[in-house]
Amino acid sequence: MVVPCLLVLSYAFFQRGVWGGVEYTFTLENFARVVDPLYAKIFLNSARIALTATVVAILIAYPAAYAISRAPRMTQPILLFFAVLPFWSNYLIRTYAWIVLLNREGLINNLLRTLGYTGEPLSMLYTESAVIIGLVYNYLPFVILAIYSTLSRLNPELMEASRDLGAGPVRTFLRVTLPLTLPGVAAGGVFVFVLSIGNFVTPALLGGGRFQMVGNLVYDQFLTANDWPFGAALGAALILTMIVLLLLQARATAHASGERKAEAER
Amino acid sequence: MNAKNRLTASAAAAALLAACLSAGAAAAADLVISNWDGYMAPDIADAFKAATGLEIEVVNHATNEEVMGKLMASGGKGYDVVFVSSPFAEILNGQGLAEPIDKAAVPNLANLYPEATTLAYDPGNTFSVPYTWGSTGLCYRSDLVEGTPDSWMNLLQPTDKLKGKTTMLATDRWLMAAGELAKGYSVNEKDPAKLEEVKNLLIEAKKTLLAYDDTTFYSKLVSAEASLVQAWDGWCNYGITENKAIKFVVPKEGSDLWIDTIVVMKSSENKEAAMKFINFILDAKNHAWAAQNILYKVPNKAAMESLDKALAEQYPNMAMAPADLVKFELLRDLGTAQKDYSRIVSEIKAAN
Repeated sequence: MVVPCLLVLSYAFFQRGVWGGVEYTFTLENFARVVDPLYAKIFLNSARIALTATVVAILIAYPAAYAISRAPRMTQPILLFFAVLPFWSNYLIRTYAWIVLLNREGLINNLLRTLGYTGEPLSMLYTESAVIIGLVYNYLPFVILAIYSTLSRLNPELMEASRDLGAGPVRTFLRVTLPLTLPGVAAGGVFVFVLSIGNFVTPALLGGGRFQMVGNLVYDQFLTANDWPFGAALGAALILTMIVLLLLQARATAHASGERKAEAER
Repeated sequence: MNAKNRLTASAAAAALLAACLSAGAAAAADLVISNWDGYMAPDIADAFKAATGLEIEVVNHATNEEVMGKLMASGGKGYDVVFVSSPFAEILNGQGLAEPIDKAAVPNLANLYPEATTLAYDPGNTFSVPYTWGSTGLCYRSDLVEGTPDSWMNLLQPTDKLKGKTTMLATDRWLMAAGELAKGYSVNEKDPAKLEEVKNLLIEAKKTLLAYDDTTFYSKLVSAEASLVQAWDGWCNYGITENKAIKFVVPKEGSDLWIDTIVVMKSSENKEAAMKFINFILDAKNHAWAAQNILYKVPNKAAMESLDKALAEQYPNMAMAPADLVKFELLRDLGTAQKDYSRIVSEIKAAN
């Protein structure tokens, strides 16, 4: 798994041949191009879209995971099964399904028309919201699973103790449940963010190519511009961003469990 | 199971294995051909075998870039004949991966229009043979667009009614070409000042665009999601098939001339068979298949003359004369200017 990655990354230090391909002359030019404000802007824009998708996914996934973890023991596996069910179909098919739903002549607009809405059909497809919807939809099950796993491991005695000490349900949730499940939220969140920022299918299909994300940029450099070295440099920057995020998340998790241990010792 | 039976069983298994292996060896084709899905007759392998006794294996690629990636990664090995657009044929030749066409082995080259033998990227068809050709223009719903669009500016600066109802091709060269042609520049323009003007025009145009789309634009016209799109003539024909109100026009500022070509790989171990395959494709009857079924013009005089006249009536762009087609400029490989193009396209696509 590591070897192909390293091979691609090594291209970043060479030049694009005049006819495309890779010319084995050492250069750092590709990295200089990565920090060009244009590409920085695309990076930041991708990060913004990925972050929005992350926040929306967590806001939807937390209540869902909470509801599943509170459901009777027997029904929990069934509910989880339904949460992951969409994954049994292909990513592309799921994305095309959103095109059918969102387009101007699509199901949602038709439904609105049937319900008596007479204005211009809503333009929902090929917007930034459509891209975010697509990302959230595709990664939501991972977040639900991550949060569910921390919720289900939560010791119910802690909640009882909190109630005994006079805290209401809201206070118990905010002071006990939420802090203890944050590692799950962080794991799910980093997952959505990392996958979203590198995604190129969703922006191409649901964004109509009007929203350039880093994934599209890398894709274009490799396949359209035939500029492997620059594509590799962009890819390296993307991977580096992801590694930093994963490290931060690992540290946060370690920190949280460390805190818990310290509290337990107290 | 006694010992004897076991022995028989293992002998049978060994025989079966041997049979499988030899069948596998026999199935190894004489030629491996990479083409776009549906770009040749589905029974081409059978027809070719009947005519020459040679086995071919057809593999599909979705884009030029995909097959080029595979060829670059393998140094051209694994394929005998590839179908690619002309700038990519030029790259293959530039990288020394294309085998010269053996004219003596391809007598059907005589079927080509004279115009198709003097194409700028390969005059005399030394390393490539054109398979299909056409123009890029405007494809529109005549029942939804007022008047007849006749300029690239109809697409780039649409009327209020058409705002949000237009699409442009997503592939960088054609996206740029629309702006370049509108400005009266070459589709291979390299002057930074002129490219800057084109970029600004295209960024403005983006605000009025429904999407960049080079795969489903004609179905957007059929569903009335879009009313006016930048399109390759052949793909516009697919729209016309489904809705007669769809029409194609080459704007007054002109078009590019796109050509999909056939190239034999230098690494091929069976070049003689590869030349036979090209000759087979250039046979009027076989080449006409492409025009009849994928609705692209073919540069084969004998094939085009054999077509039913009704085809050109239903799809007027099929009748475009070769002399008119070759007036348009070909997209050429840009060399080092490719970096400028890809940066500009990134800028356009990242613009809000």
